[in-house]
Amino acid sequence: MTFRLFLRNLLHPLRWAQGKIDQWVLARVKRQPGPIPVPRTRVYILPTRFGYAFIVLVFVMVLAAMNYSNSMAFALAFLMAGLWLLAMNHTHANLVNIEVRAGQVAPVFAGEVAHFEVNVANAAPRTRYSVSVSWPRAPVVQSADLAPDHVAALKLPLAAARRGWLPAKVFAVSTEFPLGLFHAWTWLELDMTCLVYPRPAAVGRSPPPARGTGGQLTGDRPGLDEFAGLRNYQRGDTARSIHWKSFPKLRAPMVKQFQETLDREFWLDWNELPDLDGEARLSQLTRWVLEAEGRHLSYGLRLPGTRITPSRGATHQHACLKALALHDA
Amino acid sequence: MKTTAEDYLAQASLLRLLGVLALVTAPHIARLPVWTSIVVIAIGVWRAVAALRQWPLPPQWLKVLFVLAAFIGISVSYGRVSGQHAGSALLIVMLALKLTEMRSRRDVLVVVSLCYFTMLTHFLFSQEMWTALYLFGCAIAVTAMLIEANHAGGALPWHVTLRLGASLVAQALPLMVLLFVLFPRVPGPLWGLPSDSGAARSGISDTMSPGDIASLIQSDEIAFRVQFLSEPPPMRERYWRGPVLSYFDGRRWSAPFRGDNYFALVNPGTRLNAYVVPEVEVSGDPVRYEVTLEPNRQNWLFALDLPAKDALPPNTQLTGYYQLLSRELAKDQIRYQALSYPHYRLEPQLDEQWQRSAERLPKDSNPRTVALAKAWRAQGLDDDQVIARALTMFRQEEFFYTLEPPAVGRDPVDGFLFDTKRGFCEHYSSAFTVLMRAAGIPARVVVGYQGGERNDAGDYYVVRQSDAHAWSEVWLHDRGWVRVDPTAAVAPSRVENGISAAIAPAELPGFLRREKAGFWYWRVRASVAWDMVNVAWDRWVMGFNNQKQLELLGRFGLGDWQNMVLALTLSLTLVAGAMGVLLLRRMRPAVPADPALRLWRAATRVLAAKGFPQPRTEGPRDYVQRVAQAEPSLAPALRRLLSAYLSARYLDEHPREAEVELAAALKALKAWSVFPRGRETRA
Repeated sequence: MTFRLFLRNLLHPLRWAQGKIDQWVLARVKRQPGPIPVPRTRVYILPTRFGYAFIVLVFVMVLAAMNYSNSMAFALAFLMAGLWLLAMNHTHANLVNIEVRAGQVAPVFAGEVAHFEVNVANAAPRTRYSVSVSWPRAPVVQSADLAPDHVAALKLPLAAARRGWLPAKVFAVSTEFPLGLFHAWTWLELDMTCLVYPRPAAVGRSPPPARGTGGQLTGDRPGLDEFAGLRNYQRGDTARSIHWKSFPKLRAPMVKQFQETLDREFWLDWNELPDLDGEARLSQLTRWVLEAEGRHLSYGLRLPGTRITPSRGATHQHACLKALALHDA
Repeated sequence: MKTTAEDYLAQASLLRLLGVLALVTAPHIARLPVWTSIVVIAIGVWRAVAALRQWPLPPQWLKVLFVLAAFIGISVSYGRVSGQHAGSALLIVMLALKLTEMRSRRDVLVVVSLCYFTMLTHFLFSQEMWTALYLFGCAIAVTAMLIEANHAGGALPWHVTLRLGASLVAQALPLMVLLFVLFPRVPGPLWGLPSDSGAARSGISDTMSPGDIASLIQSDEIAFRVQFLSEPPPMRERYWRGPVLSYFDGRRWSAPFRGDNYFALVNPGTRLNAYVVPEVEVSGDPVRYEVTLEPNRQNWLFALDLPAKDALPPNTQLTGYYQLLSRELAKDQIRYQALSYPHYRLEPQLDEQWQRSAERLPKDSNPRTVALAKAWRAQGLDDDQVIARALTMFRQEEFFYTLEPPAVGRDPVDGFLFDTKRGFCEHYSSAFTVLMRAAGIPARVVVGYQGGERNDAGDYYVVRQSDAHAWSEVWLHDRGWVRVDPTAAVAPSRVENGISAAIAPAELPGFLRREKAGFWYWRVRASVAWDMVNVAWDRWVMGFNNQKQLELLGRFGLGDWQNMVLALTLSLTLVAGAMGVLLLRRMRPAVPADPALRLWRAATRVLAAKGFPQPRTEGPRDYVQRVAQAEPSLAPALRRLLSAYLSARYLDEHPREAEVELAAALKALKAWSVFPRGRETRA
């Protein structure tokens, strides 16, 4: 293994050097909460492959002009050389003095892709075109044009393999505009982390009946607890069940309907899954939380060390999923 | 590398690219063979329609077939695949074929590079002034295309990319000028020029048939320009000697030695060596002049009758016919100085063999002319009298000088002399020379130019193709070769005032008619002025070779290439650096218009330097409170600042006073930051 590595380094010395430089540079990027201004000293610039090819083309054209002693050919070659030099200035100036801030990052499930939102702000009075973000040594993910005094939101995808906190590492903000001859970039690390919920288990398994209050999970059943709407009067309904308030308006008697609310509140319990290991239990509980929320049921969560009282709604779901994500088994 | 969705070229960008390609290849279309032009245009049109109608691109094997067909076609048309003509044709065909496989942004980069190279090949053919404008126009268009190719996402509006391209090219101009002047011009050629490089063949040739000179009259192209360094001779003495034609086949006169390079035919063994320069005696004052010859791809240089043997331009030689030949073909513009004596005696003693060759006529050709000359001799006329008799015939009989004579049959001289009596200078000189030869007087035809028009503004003379002329030389005992111009007998105004005075305006091409008003008048006036500009352009830009560069830069002490390179590097660094600084200044955050806000920002910068930056989420009041809590000694100054700022920015009344107060508060704050008074009191 080491011999192969040695051989590869021998054959591609530049790559090895680049790897070492990268390690050194990336280790020095501080993780900051932002907003991070990008001054001149933080921007690096190098010619792209096309930039090298361009200068070789200019060189060939100068040789041809010399050979034919042709003044206009010299003029053209020199104009191109001038453009090459200028491109360096322009590409550099396209990136200097932007400000990078952290944006929102929505929680995802394990196995999905987390999208870190990066806000790039342009305070200059001129438009900056084609500013892109990417991970190190990876192709450009997304580009945007920044109008004067505008902020663009660029998203960086990162695969979320495991549950828990997923921090965003160093990323690059770069540009090659206007001529693609030079690549200017800067390394940044914003204090962004994504919460990754556990991967939900497959659908199919129902939670065991909860002891204590109520029996099975039930659907809607006519009962006496919760008002569920009005229906037309039928012979046999008691007078007390008539909704008198709507009678003058509707001119026909309507009867109040109720739904049973027995057995709606239940607990999801860690200890109810003795046949699964820790991660599998978390996955199954995650699935049940999603199903319960989908059916508008009220659920609580019991984990070793955590107890969340039953409730419903997005905030409650997030609290439960967060507890499941951050649970150290 | 895989192309991602963002890499694909937008339809609008593709159509614009086709437009740029049309612009870049347009000047070449005139030079390409017909099939190549048709193929290139067809591919361009097909690609445009394919983009609009979403047709698929051709498969790989078909593209390979196209490339092979292109190579074969070019080598069939030109006989080769390299060299100036064939190479540039091949380049354009390859550019067109690239369209058949262009679909991503990266392909546009290849096309753009090929476009730049195609522009270069155009300059190998033509370097006139308008090519400078063409250069900039194309550079702007191609740069705009490059900008668009590097903009990920949808296509930018065309005026945005065009404006960016134009500003980039404009900014690159100073760098271009610096490089143009300071980059050391290594004299070429470096690896040799292909044989088909340089200008095309034009102007006078070394054969003359009836109608040849008349066809040259139609062209107003400049043959050469002359600047006289001594007193200019009058127009009737301005005979510019070109090829001397001594071989007649009954219809056509030609030079005895043919071939692309006369020097290849030197044969020192024979007595008829064309390079033994004959004896000449000169008298009178010489005329000194400098000729700037437009490229005509011929070997002969034009000199006033008769050039001096010992003052020839470098790299030239006189032939036995006293014609000035250069060792190299005139593929580019050349400038040479020469000396001529208008009064001379050329070859007073004529060698036997030369005499016979100058009297030779083909058998059975032009019998009537031969009979006429023999009849004159039979009347007992000597040489001078024969000459006078012939000229009198032209002058007094009904001969006409016209650009459009009727056609003559198998014996052109007979037909002209006896039947039509209408002809141009080639007819007259040819007929006269045949008469002289038939009468036993050695004679030959000289073609060249006669006259030339003065450009008053520039103080030089312009000789155009329309001044082409043919005349005769006869050899007389003890007088040598004497010039006789039969045209002067029939139309003396031609020799005195130029062709416009001798031919009826109806027959003349537009630019020669001496009109007093109207389109041609203004065109002639404009062309005079334009010619002056062209001369300056040729001298200073096109002709800026390494000699000129050394001349120019030597005056500034940059005589050798090391100094040049040093000066170039320094100046480039300075200019590029200055541009960089200017660009960065342009991209700084805009200064807020409100002075109160500007001053407040200055205050926050002072505090930020001390470790208290104002975050975006904190308003001024909370900010001041926080800082005052952390740094109590600063509290009064801060409060003053705050109240001044709030009243200046948000209250309507007395804004000016509030700003003054705010400035004062800022100053106090700055003073504190330099001399922190209260800090020592803190524990």
